[in-house]
Amino acid sequence: MNRREFLNSALAASTAMFAPAVIGQAAPRVVVVGGGFAGASCARALRNAGPRIAVTLVEASATFTACPFSNAVIAGLRELSAQQFTYERLIADGISLVRATASAIDAQARQVTLADGTRLPYDRLVLAPGIDIRWDALPGYGESVAERMPHAWKAGEQTLLLRRQLESMEDGGLVVISAPANPFRCPPGPYERASLIAHYLKARKPRSKLIVLDAKDAFSKQRLFQNAWTELYAGLLEWIPLSKGGKVISVDAATNTLATDFGRHRAAVANVIPPQKAGRIAEAAGVADRSGWCPVDPASFESKLQPGIHVIGDAAIAGAMPKSAFAANAQAKVCAEAMAVLLNGGVPSAPKMINTCYSLVSPDYGISVAGVYRPADGQLTEVPGSGGVSPVDAPRATRALEAAMAEGWFRTITGEVFG
Amino acid sequence: MRALVAAAVAVGWIVPSSAAPPAGAAACSGCHAASTRVATPVARLAGRDPADIVKAMREFREGARPATVMDRIAKGFTDEEVQAIAAWYAGKR
Ligand SMILES: Cc1cc2nc3c(=O)[nH]c(=O)nc-3n(C[C@H](O)[C@H](O)[C@H](O)COP(=O)(O)OP(=O)(O)OC[C@H]3O[C@@H](n4cnc5c(N)ncnc54)[C@H](O)[C@@H]3O)c2cc1C
Ligand code: HEC
Repeated sequence: MNRREFLNSALAASTAMFAPAVIGQAAPRVVVVGGGFAGASCARALRNAGPRIAVTLVEASATFTACPFSNAVIAGLRELSAQQFTYERLIADGISLVRATASAIDAQARQVTLADGTRLPYDRLVLAPGIDIRWDALPGYGESVAERMPHAWKAGEQTLLLRRQLESMEDGGLVVISAPANPFRCPPGPYERASLIAHYLKARKPRSKLIVLDAKDAFSKQRLFQNAWTELYAGLLEWIPLSKGGKVISVDAATNTLATDFGRHRAAVANVIPPQKAGRIAEAAGVADRSGWCPVDPASFESKLQPGIHVIGDAAIAGAMPKSAFAANAQAKVCAEAMAVLLNGGVPSAPKMINTCYSLVSPDYGISVAGVYRPADGQLTEVPGSGGVSPVDAPRATRALEAAMAEGWFRTITGEVFG
Repeated sequence: MRALVAAAVAVGWIVPSSAAPPAGAAACSGCHAASTRVATPVARLAGRDPADIVKAMREFREGARPATVMDRIAKGFTDEEVQAIAAWYAGKR
């Protein structure tokens, strides 16, 4: 902070002393809704950024099940228990954990309403609800159909269902994955999943085939994935882009069939990754726009639609930053610092964030995409000349090293957030 | 004004600015664990000699140091930014 900023924030702080929330020196209250990578990180970072702040975390589930590495669970390379984390350490840090679903937000009265009717007042609110499936976006698909044609895009029962379907499929079966248009949670996720399922099929059911039906003509780390597919899964894995008839326009659960404009694919196992939107509490709070996602200020993650409410993680429109657990954690830490400054009457400074998404093409073949981001023209924008994907011509030893780094990253991030 | 600032500091409304990490510092801990409870394959940054971090980042940026990912990350930070980050980590345990 330079002298002028310091005086400005001191002035603002002194005015803030007469603001209603501060009378009687009550500790400022922050409520965080959603205890995933974004919300749990933010609650923890708030304890550091503003030790006086009373932090309440509202989370629907007692156990968090992480999506990163859940594709390895589907391929039988890992157990779901390795994906699960509890909130004990957060409670030990002094965070009040409320196990409940938030059902409504009153932005004027600054109150969160829980499913049982309890109200939680706040001075600032963080919404970190992740995604919800847009059940109405794909004709024939719906909540009950997902029991037959799993999405497995929220880790847990759905992950295990898809794994069981692959395990019980006969050799020679057709597996179909449908990938949605942008934006969606984890841009390289469908292609990592295709790779690891292909790895499973190659070892266990080599006469089978895997088709990826894509609503896009390009995807994350495309060249790296496609090179690896040629090297490892030639003849087994086929990617059909939008322009070749990849976009799924309807599904039929009775026959396990996916229809495109070009034809029909009857699958033994169908994994439908449907279009998504911000978790539904975002819409109820009035922070989602017509796209279904939440526009935010790139320095503070405060909603552009409702002052006093911050949105982080997959639910937010974060410019060039992808919807990843890595980005959710980075945004959470920036948001916590910004809230501490705002509650002090100050002005948050411009942040800088990093994202890195690792993908496994096989258990010992890792690739990554990295980016460095900062606000520019009201948007989070990549720093020119930074970031990019793993080298296209790297030797297998480098791929093995990156696979180990991927595993290390998962241990680090889950340790930082929950451990 | 001075009295006001002092009063604001006294009631705890102004956190000393040294507590806040400089831009980018919090993002490093996505891979370089800040928590000592976390077993991590990459080196910890807390408590390191800031000159080491500045030198390593410069070498990563210039491609003079082997890297799987740090070369791509280092290119997003200026020397001044790295110096601030390194100084901040030096003060951590
Ligand atoms: C197959 C797959 C692989 C992936 N791999 C990677 C990877 O390798 N690297 C990576 O960085 N990212 C990866 N991701 C993406 C990553 O999982 C998400 O980006 C990340 O989980 C987003 O964090 P979040 O906190 O926004 O949402 P979540 O982690 O989904 O957390 C949201 C939380 O909010 C809770 N919640 C929602 N609504 C309410 C409510 N109304 N009341 C109370 N609680 C509520 C939910 O129960 C949940 O715990 C992957 C995703 C998938 C699907
Ligand atoms: C995506 C994970 C990731 C992020 C984010 C990250 N690093 Fe690294 N860092 C690594 C890895 C992995 C290495 C080992 C070199 C390599 O493989 O690139 C490393 C090595 C280093 C080293 C050399 C350590 C040594 O003793 O040799 C320094 C210094 C460093 N990083 C600083 C930083 C700083 C500063 C930041 C934040 C601006 C940062 N890193 C962000 C993964 C990361």
